[in-house]
Amino acid sequence: MLVVFSKNPVYSILYLIITFFSIAGHYVLLNAQFLAAVHVIVYAGAIMVLFLYVIMLLNLNKETEPHKSNLAKIAAVICAGTMMVVLVASLRGASQMMPNSGGNIGLVKNLGKVLFNEFLLPFEISSILLLAAMVGAVMVGKMDHNIPPVANNQKPNDNNN
Amino acid sequence: MISIDHYIWLSAVLFSIGVLGVLFRRNAIIIFACIELMLNAVNLLMVAFSTSLNDSRGQVFVFFIMAVAAAEVAVGLAILVMVYRRTKSVDIDILNRLRG
Repeated sequence: MLVVFSKNPVYSILYLIITFFSIAGHYVLLNAQFLAAVHVIVYAGAIMVLFLYVIMLLNLNKETEPHKSNLAKIAAVICAGTMMVVLVASLRGASQMMPNSGGNIGLVKNLGKVLFNEFLLPFEISSILLLAAMVGAVMVGKMDHNIPPVANNQKPNDNNN
Repeated sequence: MISIDHYIWLSAVLFSIGVLGVLFRRNAIIIFACIELMLNAVNLLMVAFSTSLNDSRGQVFVFFIMAVAAAEVAVGLAILVMVYRRTKSVDIDILNRLRG
């Protein structure tokens, strides 16, 4: 909740890091140790550093951001509250099963067996997706410097052709 | 022992907070953060059901969701940096100009 309501974006991201660590704690409680480790590394290590770096790069820690009107805020609160009520009401009592804590499915050995036998093709596709995202991010980040020279160079080429 | 109903409640609350954040703020970075919050609510629910049903496939899907979320954040923040260089603002209402 503090992620939404804190005025300063840096504080908001820091609260988000706390939330992610608590979710990682829940993963450990659910016998998913490998996912907990991956979650801490990926989210708290990589994504949050990326967020903080962008915020500090853009120098946004002043509260220069204009806020929405009161009508939009009230509408947002009503929408989110209604959605939470609907979710809870629809999911309450939908399942009567108890978690059996005896399984060790969250360990690296069993998860790796499933991942590399049954889900080998999605694994490779996700690796290609990550590579494409990385290349795309670098290209988009560098595009702002490259656009004016490219536009200037293409005009003479078109004229020559 | 915590039953799965508590995890359903926690995930619903987290997802609703994410929706509230997307609707409430105008800073695009905070909106990305709230999208991450929603993805994590779904991840938490999938891990809870995976443990409850004693099935590893849910955790594998959570792994894939994490990869997709990382890719989305990288591309989204790169686009955001470029938008900030153009407009000197991260207000999402600026992006109304995208039409036409």
